[in-house]
Amino acid sequence: MSRENLRKMENFIALALCTLAAMFGLFWLIFILGDVLRHGISALNISLFVNDPVPPGIEGGGLRNAFVGHLLITSCATLIGVPIGVLGGTFLAEYARGRKIARAISVLSDIMVSIPSIVVGAFIYAVIVKPFGHFSGWAGAVALAIIMIPVVLRTTEDMLSLVPLTLREAAFALGAPYYKVIIQIVYRGAAAGILTGILLSIGRVVGETAPLLFTSFNNSFFSVNMNGPVSSLTVTVFQYAMGPYDTWHAQAWAASLMITIFILLLTILGRLILKWRYSKR
Amino acid sequence: MNGNIIKIEVKGLNFYYSGGAQGLKDISLSMYQNAVTALIGPSGCGKTTFLRCLNRMHDLYPDNRYEGEIWMDEKNILQRDIDLIELRSRIGMVFQKPTPFPMSIFENIAFGLKLRGIKKKTEIAERVEKALKDAALWDETKDRLHGSALALSGGQQQRLCIARAVAVEPEVVLMDEPCSALDPIATAKIEDLIMKLKKNYTVVIVTHNMQQAARVSDYTAFLYLGAIIEYDLTDKIFTNPTNKHTEDYITGRFG
Amino acid sequence: MAISLKKNPVDMIFSFITAVASLSVLILIAGILYVLFLESSLAIKKFGVLQFIASTDWDPVKRLFGAATNLYGTAITTMLSLLIAIPVAIGIAIFVTEIAPNFLKGPIGIAIELLAAIPSIIYGMWGLFTLAPIMSNYIEPALKSTIGKLPLISILFAGTPLGIDILTASTILGIMIIPFTASVSRDSFNLTPSVVKESAYALGATKWEVVKSVVLPYSKLGVFGGIVLSLGRALGETMAVAFVLGNNHQITTSLLDAAATITVTLANEFTEADTDIYLSSLFYLALLLFVMSFITLSIAKFFLIRAERKFSR
Repeated sequence: MSRENLRKMENFIALALCTLAAMFGLFWLIFILGDVLRHGISALNISLFVNDPVPPGIEGGGLRNAFVGHLLITSCATLIGVPIGVLGGTFLAEYARGRKIARAISVLSDIMVSIPSIVVGAFIYAVIVKPFGHFSGWAGAVALAIIMIPVVLRTTEDMLSLVPLTLREAAFALGAPYYKVIIQIVYRGAAAGILTGILLSIGRVVGETAPLLFTSFNNSFFSVNMNGPVSSLTVTVFQYAMGPYDTWHAQAWAASLMITIFILLLTILGRLILKWRYSKR
Repeated sequence: MNGNIIKIEVKGLNFYYSGGAQGLKDISLSMYQNAVTALIGPSGCGKTTFLRCLNRMHDLYPDNRYEGEIWMDEKNILQRDIDLIELRSRIGMVFQKPTPFPMSIFENIAFGLKLRGIKKKTEIAERVEKALKDAALWDETKDRLHGSALALSGGQQQRLCIARAVAVEPEVVLMDEPCSALDPIATAKIEDLIMKLKKNYTVVIVTHNMQQAARVSDYTAFLYLGAIIEYDLTDKIFTNPTNKHTEDYITGRFG
Repeated sequence: MAISLKKNPVDMIFSFITAVASLSVLILIAGILYVLFLESSLAIKKFGVLQFIASTDWDPVKRLFGAATNLYGTAITTMLSLLIAIPVAIGIAIFVTEIAPNFLKGPIGIAIELLAAIPSIIYGMWGLFTLAPIMSNYIEPALKSTIGKLPLISILFAGTPLGIDILTASTILGIMIIPFTASVSRDSFNLTPSVVKESAYALGATKWEVVKSVVLPYSKLGVFGGIVLSLGRALGETMAVAFVLGNNHQITTSLLDAAATITVTLANEFTEADTDIYLSSLFYLALLLFVMSFITLSIAKFFLIRAERKFSR
């Protein structure tokens, strides 16, 4: 075989392998999504959303407590985590722009983003659950907020840095104090990006299980009392999937489907906002 | 001829960047009220650096250092205790590229007015209209005042920025190559505007376009390597420069 | 460049608030380290450091605890999962950046990012209900009867294929980190200046030759950083493995045996720990995991920063 043909052959084989690898990877991922969809849809029904759990063997139980509890914990986490993240990102991109401390916090936040979430759960168990003597929704919310903070902080920093420096100078030249420049000009310029960061961070924590296992724990009754254990979808999925009953398994699939759909919608919404924003410019 | 009253007097100004590099060397000149002063010179000669001394823009970044004095109305604005916010509300600035804020046309202008503590809605509306008229932008924007400023064309955005700068009725307007990002038609409109502005304001403009300097200014300063080489009436500089460097630059032999 | 203009009192307050908010990250890292250390001090005193790491004990009844079985489980599942994920992820990244027609690049890129967003509990549950039966009925017997017959390798496939084992857990973990690794690798590939690629094509290089001799060398720092980052993620992953690893505190040579990782032990036993020394030992495990992840992620970040710098110069 000529040298040229050998090269072409090598090229073909290598590219084919890469394509196969891509197909292989996508195959499993589509398999997983398809399975969640198939099992999830067949288990969906109204009572899932409007009824609380019933003992195994009795018909018509649901996961209303887990849906409401999950919403409650995630909302509280968002209310705690987002302001801290946005303000922290503001410090890095504005008041401390270019300083060593900003760089250091930025790098450490990137590391924090990938820290095992179960460690955060253990931390909150030690600082909140143990002193108060009981599991609580608040403990779960704080654990999730800790996971959100670095995500929101880093996207806020990046998005504020994209706002041109001249825009700030123009506002300063009008005699505006810095806080007004930030709040009225820079935040508005970066609003879409910051919102995307917030949505992605909610998407990140809404599927978290490990940090809730020993913070908000679980509760098979309907409870909106954040000072006591609160049920969440993810912990319920873990418990139900590992349990022995078919009805539990079906409900776990249905809950998984809802979580997946919610996260995919959030992710897509975030991308659309960014796309809409950039195409306008 | 305009301008017998000195508005800004610069005495022995030196400027050092945070790294220690000297940006301006021993600059002294007087700028006259209700006149247009043009700053010309090759890139990197310090004309923008000088302009940004006049509203202390360099203070935004740490470790920049001024030496010397800049007097404006009996006050040395380089003094440490000067209120920068007050100073900047007396000196408007227009940048090289248009800098519309991410809000509506109306809000862009109202932003500066609100900073001055103007709260009455009718007064804000009146002054927005007046500023847009002054900037020859009213007819094009009166039907879309609450539309996004980002949707305007580049030339319209730059006139909006001028309107924003003059709406707060500053005493001095600084312009940093305001036409460099614009097409010839938009440039002509802005030049017209600059000539009208001097009725009410003292204008300092940086430009790399010598024809523009000749067209719009009353006085011209030629800077080179951070120093003033020649400063005189524009007519004098462009017809009969005394310095060889200036002549070479104006006739296009260098720079 | 830092903007310094803080004369205004409101600005002083606002900048102070933002500074405190950003310092929260430092406080959290220091706080987690401190609290975990404090909580595990009982176990540290009793078992020491090296003994704890080397000991295979995990006996709540006798109150003897050691990290070795957990560390072994974590190490082997992480390594196996990377073995599965890296080639596939790099293949996907090459496919997306160089091979796929333009109209496919965007959609596949988005698909990868969406898949990276799916929470690990979904992977874990799918592993329990779908993959584990497939593994025990088809794949594991097939492996046993083929490469499992070879000497030495047979040790890896000893025992009954039940599906709840190291191999299944590693496969799920591998599948789960594919999108993540692929997305980081793709970002690194995209950093290669197109002029350089074009000049290689202009010399008559084939696509693969461009990838092999231009794209990969250019992006190796970034890809390596991405792989270490995936390693850090896999180390700390709980839910994807918790369903299918069993919770077996033994060091086994067969991939068809159940095992325990640090994360799985924490998830299963934390709320059951009935003695102080038990709980303290679990905190000790969490501390080890935190330190290991932190070091791994720092190394990853170091390489990613260097990769970035290379191109910004």
